[in-house]
Amino acid sequence: MSQFAINIIFVGGSFLLYILIAIWAKAGSTKDFYVAGGGVHPITNGMAIGADWMSAASFISMAGLIAAGGYSNSTYLMGWTGGYVLLAMLLAPYLRKFGKFTVPEFIGDRFYSKNARLVAVICLIVASVTYVIGQMAGAGVAFSRFLEVDSTTGLIIAAVVVFIYAVLGGMKGITYTQVAQYCVLIIAYTIPAVFISLQLTGNPIPPLGLFSTHADSGLPILEKLNQVITDLGFNSYTADIDNKLNMVLFTLSLMVGTAGLPHVIIRFFTVPKVADARWSAGWALVFIALLYLTAPAVASMARLNLMTTIYPEGTAAQPIEYEARPGWIQTWEETGLIRFEDKNNDGRIQVYNDKNEQFASTTAQERGWNGNELVVNNDILVLANPEIANLPSWVIGLIAAGGLAAALSTAAGLLLAISSAVSHDLIKGSINPNISEKGELRAARISMAVAIVIATWLGINPPGFAAQVVALAFGIAAASLFPALMMGIFSKRVNNTGAIAGMLSGLAFTLAYIFVYKGWLFIPGTNNLPDTPENWVLGISPLSIGAIGAIVNFAVAFVVSNATEEPPVEIQELVESVRYPRGAGQAQDH
Amino acid sequence: MSGHSYDAENYWKANLRLIFGSLIVWALVSYGCAILLRPMLAGITVGGTDLGFWFAQQGSILAFIALIFHYAWRMNKIDEKFGVHEE
Repeated sequence: MSQFAINIIFVGGSFLLYILIAIWAKAGSTKDFYVAGGGVHPITNGMAIGADWMSAASFISMAGLIAAGGYSNSTYLMGWTGGYVLLAMLLAPYLRKFGKFTVPEFIGDRFYSKNARLVAVICLIVASVTYVIGQMAGAGVAFSRFLEVDSTTGLIIAAVVVFIYAVLGGMKGITYTQVAQYCVLIIAYTIPAVFISLQLTGNPIPPLGLFSTHADSGLPILEKLNQVITDLGFNSYTADIDNKLNMVLFTLSLMVGTAGLPHVIIRFFTVPKVADARWSAGWALVFIALLYLTAPAVASMARLNLMTTIYPEGTAAQPIEYEARPGWIQTWEETGLIRFEDKNNDGRIQVYNDKNEQFASTTAQERGWNGNELVVNNDILVLANPEIANLPSWVIGLIAAGGLAAALSTAAGLLLAISSAVSHDLIKGSINPNISEKGELRAARISMAVAIVIATWLGINPPGFAAQVVALAFGIAAASLFPALMMGIFSKRVNNTGAIAGMLSGLAFTLAYIFVYKGWLFIPGTNNLPDTPENWVLGISPLSIGAIGAIVNFAVAFVVSNATEEPPVEIQELVESVRYPRGAGQAQDH
Repeated sequence: MSGHSYDAENYWKANLRLIFGSLIVWALVSYGCAILLRPMLAGITVGGTDLGFWFAQQGSILAFIALIFHYAWRMNKIDEKFGVHEE
């Protein structure tokens, strides 16, 4: 059977499964639609959160980032997991006790202000829409590579599938498809990793293989990798870095941002009890960790494999000839994600760090090298992994289905957060409070459909800044939503004026810092300073600024609240009541 | 609040103490061992590199899981002790 047919079977089979689940889990009420009826088991919910959280960025891009950056990009591993500790202890149980359907609803009620709710809705929509673009683009890559359709057709197929189960089933349909998608994506991610770990180290458990001995050389695998890449002028993989302040702040921004992203928070409204919300966070992290503990092993092993492919006789010998390159390089060249240019016309592929001037002027010059000749996009590392390691073709089909599961499950979660903010917070909360249950359910479905159409259009015509908007999503969540939610629970003194002033100043500060370096509204050429480490204030990158934005938000909110009058008694009683689990009941509309 | 039959104030204090302790460990494994204290742990080697690298790519994640389950388990006990647990 051809590789193409195998890919079709795996992807088609998984899509069929999602649609069957959707038909089974049709939503009959707004409660089904927003919180899956409120009766999801904590382990099931943990698995759904895992799929909801692990996006195209986690599945496709993260290992590539770590492979390229080594130790310094461990920030993604810690940042995207450490946020769950904050969620479990600072937000999830209390918001579950509050027992409403959306994040802006809590902010609006706690700060007794429609304006606060509106600010939260805007933050939610901007963060979620920017995030969803990346998912659609990721799905497009997976389609164009594995199913030999152009990415527009691929995206439309993906959108139709999401449309069916998200519009029909709402949170209920999404939750149960996400459980299936979690299983598909984790199997797809770990099986190639187990094979590769076995091949390189003889240890079938990738996180242990990462610290084991490389079978061919007898050296620890990380030492071998360091040796190979430093021979080629690259920085050592495990080396410590100088700018620790930025590393700390970047990790903190990712953690706080993770805890403040609404599409994750609303998952905790679906469990029956407050105690379940706590357990759910733990289970979610267990399921997420299965991938996150494997990713660093995939990163270092794939990078070593790539180097051995190019330099089969060792770094001191000649690299391979272009005509003799393996088939996977050829297939990826067709997608443009691998590019070769024979700069010194010797017919061989030289890969080295041509930005290392000392190396370029010594070793590279002696060997007649005229620049790095192979440009490999970080994003292909996981997708090409089975081919690089010569794994059987069904593993490649599995990777295709897994990448799509990761992208679609996150997209569905984000779309639900967007549509519930529109139908519940905007339409029912402001425009038409007397809307009937049936009317609201219809409004929720229509806004979901509109959101899917917009997301698909943005996926087909990705704005030029698609890669930078993830920083924006985390910056907004960290600087505006997380502090407002946390203060709403842990302080009785913070009032409406303080909360709104805090959210707006945290947001303004964060956006301004990002735009100064990345361009205003990301329009190229409008940045005030070049986006390089020498120009950053105290060496703090625009990606790391969300943590400082959160501190600005907290500080402004406290100062303003203390200068104005304290919240009314019934609000202080509301804060009291979210702190104690007793009497939670299930998520309520009123 | 006086309207409650349970000791609300001490319940909340117990929760805050537990959170505070947990977040110290949370910061220590990630910002501490994996980043700021890495040079101090450089002497301890783990499979071709040092303990700080292991914390950055494995250890901190494992510690986060342990922290959440410990918190959930302890909080359930505290809920019961103060009689604020759900039926």
